[in-house]
Amino acid sequence: MSAILALVETAGSAPDRLSAEALGFAGTAAKALGADVDAVVIAGGEDPAGAEAAAAGLGAYGVSKVHLVAGDRLASYAPAAWAAAVADVVRSGAFEAVVAPSSDRATEVLAHVAARTGQPMAANVTSAAPVAGEPWRITRQRWAGSLLEDATLDGAPRLLTVAPHVVPALEPAAGAPAATVERVDPQVTDADLRARIVGRDVAAGDRISLSDAKVVVGGGRGMGSSEAFAMLDELAGLLGAAVGVSRVATSLGWRPHAQQIGQTGTRIAPELYIACGISGAIQHIVGAKAAKRILVINTDPEAPIFKRATYAVIGDVQAVVPAITAEVRRVRGG
Amino acid sequence: MRILVLVKRVPATGGRIVLADDGRSIDTRFLGFVVSPHEECAVEEAVRLIEANGGDSVVMTLGPAEAADQLRDAMAVGIDRAVLLETDGSDWDPLATATALTEAVRRLEAADGPFDLILVGNESADSGGYQVGIRLAVALDRPVVTGIKALEIRDGVATARRQVSAGFDIFELPLPAVVGVREGINLPRYPSVPGRLRAKKKEIETSSPERVAGGGPTLERLRLPVEHEAHVEVLGNGPEAAPRVVEVLREIGVL
Ligand SMILES: Cc1cc2nc3c(=O)[nH]c(=O)nc-3n(C[C@H](O)[C@H](O)[C@H](O)COP(=O)(O)OP(=O)(O)OC[C@H]3O[C@@H](n4cnc5c(N)ncnc54)[C@H](O)[C@@H]3O)c2cc1C
Ligand SMILES: Nc1ncnc2c1ncn2[C@@H]1O[C@H](COP(=O)(O)O)[C@@H](O)[C@H]1O
Repeated sequence: MSAILALVETAGSAPDRLSAEALGFAGTAAKALGADVDAVVIAGGEDPAGAEAAAAGLGAYGVSKVHLVAGDRLASYAPAAWAAAVADVVRSGAFEAVVAPSSDRATEVLAHVAARTGQPMAANVTSAAPVAGEPWRITRQRWAGSLLEDATLDGAPRLLTVAPHVVPALEPAAGAPAATVERVDPQVTDADLRARIVGRDVAAGDRISLSDAKVVVGGGRGMGSSEAFAMLDELAGLLGAAVGVSRVATSLGWRPHAQQIGQTGTRIAPELYIACGISGAIQHIVGAKAAKRILVINTDPEAPIFKRATYAVIGDVQAVVPAITAEVRRVRGG
Repeated sequence: MRILVLVKRVPATGGRIVLADDGRSIDTRFLGFVVSPHEECAVEEAVRLIEANGGDSVVMTLGPAEAADQLRDAMAVGIDRAVLLETDGSDWDPLATATALTEAVRRLEAADGPFDLILVGNESADSGGYQVGIRLAVALDRPVVTGIKALEIRDGVATARRQVSAGFDIFELPLPAVVGVREGINLPRYPSVPGRLRAKKKEIETSSPERVAGGGPTLERLRLPVEHEAHVEVLGNGPEAAPRVVEVLREIGVL
């Protein structure tokens, strides 16, 4: 029986979120083809024991067979070495497609597989219409999701990554048959190990992370100066919010890039995003697509961001933000 | 030290994308053009490395004749030379792009010596294929790492950091190497007026690349994602809106 090969990354002893989405995507494609889902798991990197445990449980995610790759040379992450391992698995079967999550590592590994085998690869695919032996019609994201591309993808196998948070993550099914686990000892050369991880710098992590924050207070060019951001810091402090900014605020040196929201910054998913003096360019808004509600404070009611806003205050941030801060203090105090 | 930077010309789309009538491209009649912020940072990183270590830098693009503008932008901030692989402006797939760039690198290196470092963006802004740099590196048999937010070169070894949720993964790779960078690795400088004038006078080495077939994905049609336009509730004008804003914050459980 033909199969779709899913590349699975793990967190603890289960597939991580993006991999669970990729498994969902692979399952749908396999169903359309009447094919199996195989998985490739690399027991290397930071938590090889967790990866082994996750591999053993993949039956619950619709996987028939797991190719569990392990070996001394995979102990620390090296993109070309991990790609060599995946390429070995790809060669061992007749896979219709390799479906990978869109994480940095999986994307990089799949691009290496594509380069080594001379096959096309499509990144950030949102849907596919699989047909055996023919090019697949796919839809993929351009401009980080601000634009969609309908395309055809061929290859032996077809190589694709699944766009983040478009397909629901597969939930493990109780009572599903266990997957068979086959151990693979891949061919990894010295050249494959030239670029590799030699260590990790662990960041001091007490700040509220922008990507996980429940409330984000954002500022852009309309703040007018780097000093003006003090009022956003103050409001954010009161609301337990993270501060985010537009690219103009980082390009002007007002704020560090770590706070940038958007296509080339961070994606946020808060309950509320308060956007102050930000026009709403597509590259900014695409980073706030997952925000439940957006409150816009802007002098220009024609700014594109109003089209995405839930609530709006038309006015000058210099006057509106301090007034909101004072009102929050007043109701808190009373 | 010799460094090559690869950039791609893309439209600066602003608040809304408008598609051309053929449905296969963006209507760019009223738009300016830029490169991805990642690539702008790659240019800045090259200029800084050459300032610190000596040597020379080259910027290259595959694109329409107008992409000369983006090459001049790079020269205006300190890149020495520019190479244009001129196309008719149609969409080249990543395999065709990488193959043409690889051929050009071989040609440039045969003439002037090897590049110690080739810098690319993590992904192009428009098509976002996440692969041209890796295809180039594999074809040239050089180590490559992408997603880099900090880069140091010492004794022929590149140390490169990639952000992960726990902090930074630290990679090492021997030169010559290819590195894909992300915005945030540095804060690009603005070009000076003399820099712009100098760049304007410089020659751009132009050639016509060969387009190999057999790559993909093959574009059929572009579409705008369906967005339900939010119904916006105006809470008021100016500071007088503050009480209503705070009421809303309470209603939605933020306060
Ligand atoms: C490939 C690419 C990637 C990009 N990636 C990103 C990204 O990741 N993130 C990002 O943010 N941008 C990104 N950009 C840039 C983006 O296109 C915009 O240029 C940028 O988001 C604009 O920032 P802004 O809204 O702060 O500034 P502007 O567009 O200048 O808007 C300023 C707004 O402030 C309002 N304003 C002015 N004064 C006041 C006042 N006193 N009170 C209230 N309102 C006021 C104005 O009405 C206006 O709406 C990218 C661009 C490209 C081409
Ligand atoms: N047409 C091109 N000309 C020059 N460099 C390119 C071109 N396309 C892509 N690149 C480089 O490769 C990187 C990754 O591109 P992509 O694979 O399209 O996401 C970009 O950030 C550029 O540095």
